[in-house]
Amino acid sequence: MTNESRPLVAATGVCKNFGPREVLHDVDIQVWPGEIVALIGPNGSGKSTLARILLGILAPTAGTVTRRPGLRVGYVPQQLPIDDVLPLAVSRLLTLTARASRDRMTQVLAEVGAPNLLDEAAINLSGGELQRVLIARALLRDPGLLVLDEPTANVDFNGQIELFDLIGRIRTNRGCGVLTISHDLHLVMAATDRVVCLNHHICCEGVPGTVSKHPAYLQIFGPHAAPAFGVYTHEHDHEHTLGGAVAAGRGGHDHGHSHQHPHADAGPGTAGSGDRAGKTARK
Amino acid sequence: MILESFLLYALLGGLGLAFVAGPLGCFVVWRRMAYFGDSLAHSALLGVALGFLLSIDVTFGIAGTCVVFALAIVGLQQQRRIATDTLLGILSHTALSIGLVALSLMGSLRVDLFGYLFGDILSVTPQDLTVIYGGGALALIVLAVIWRDLLAVTVHEELARAEGVAVFRARLVFTLLLAVVVAISMKVMGILLITSMLIIPAATARRFARTPESMALLAAAAGVLAVVLGLTASLRWDTPSGPSVVVAAFSLFLLSLGLAALRERVHIHRAPHT
Repeated sequence: MTNESRPLVAATGVCKNFGPREVLHDVDIQVWPGEIVALIGPNGSGKSTLARILLGILAPTAGTVTRRPGLRVGYVPQQLPIDDVLPLAVSRLLTLTARASRDRMTQVLAEVGAPNLLDEAAINLSGGELQRVLIARALLRDPGLLVLDEPTANVDFNGQIELFDLIGRIRTNRGCGVLTISHDLHLVMAATDRVVCLNHHICCEGVPGTVSKHPAYLQIFGPHAAPAFGVYTHEHDHEHTLGGAVAAGRGGHDHGHSHQHPHADAGPGTAGSGDRAGKTARK
Repeated sequence: MILESFLLYALLGGLGLAFVAGPLGCFVVWRRMAYFGDSLAHSALLGVALGFLLSIDVTFGIAGTCVVFALAIVGLQQQRRIATDTLLGILSHTALSIGLVALSLMGSLRVDLFGYLFGDILSVTPQDLTVIYGGGALALIVLAVIWRDLLAVTVHEELARAEGVAVFRARLVFTLLLAVVVAISMKVMGILLITSMLIIPAATARRFARTPESMALLAAAAGVLAVVLGLTASLRWDTPSGPSVVVAAFSLFLLSLGLAALRERVHIHRAPHT
């Protein structure tokens, strides 16, 4: 297989036990270039564990995880509890594990909509600003895959919408794959191509609108959660994420980027994002 | 006044310790490992007893015991049953007590317990200075090598791991460095006061530092100042040297708080005009 016909990262039959407790059971998940996958599930459903396994921070108890050779992963953790006792400017936070020039840092901060923060002390940042700086950190690595853990947890409603816009823009401009993790079912971003619903195993997956009507989804989150998706539909007219197409997008979405990556004609068992979007139930 | 040689040795020993304890102490503060440092120091008394029992150099006995103790803690931290501070509480006081029991069983031997507990800086010999400066230089060099990784691990361990930092190695090496520092500062500060030289100068430096590196340098400077002031006071008023240094370090800490508060007020007053 050529590199392009492989997913960025794929988990197959992944199980994870913490002591006697099985947190993940037989999980299959893939992320392809240029697609935004939202991993959702209630608290304690194993989302973060799965993300850590995909990132290589944890090893699975059983099953395999394959990453594309040479794949660089950008990780945006949920929180970065910076202690007041550690003097750390944003510029230093950006270059913790990889060096970068000031120009490059300025450029990437502008890309995430947080210019002028370069010399600010990290502890003085607001929740939204810190989130943007953390995304900038990940982007400095030029990642093929961007993993965001609860990216909107510490951000107010408007900030959340702006962050979703930002994530959609990053995907479009950079063509990287994006995996977001969220327990917040009420606000799955409109630009999401695929929702994967996890509760120790994968219950269902598909485009946002389809998943929210799936019996397995209703069973986990309750019928009151049914109209959850689509609360936020894109009301801006960004050319790259024409909201209507996505919100209504029962498999018919058409992001300009997705065809730059010839994964649609992949090997057996894989399919283009449009086809995958139609697939709903797995269990 | 002619500086007597024992005073010169004391000063040099204290300064050597301050250079090493400042930067290392910053990480102790950032990583919230004050209790760990304390526990490590407590285990050193067991090392003293072992040193006498095996008739080897006491410094090596201490270094060996501290390294074993540090490795045991790091190993036990991998399990999640017992919380780290509980674990430290169990092991540190056990090690201290076994050390005391062992020393008392060696009845015929006269051990200067007070000296081991609170330090005996005025008895520092040229040989001690070799150990302090040799071990200290080594510790600083190793710290410089792992500095970047250790800082990344300190800020966010999982993020560091996801970005390819050898997390376990950084933590392990840092723990061993702490063991070395405890061993070389035993003579100067004593078991019960070693942690103070790690913590207080670092806390003093915080208000004036804008980067991790400047905080490390300022901490070393604060430690140096504390040693000079403490020894001077000790000489003048005939007070025990180790505790005098700690009191001086604490005074500097208070002064730093005052200065920081003053600076803030000045900023507030100036703010409308700028």
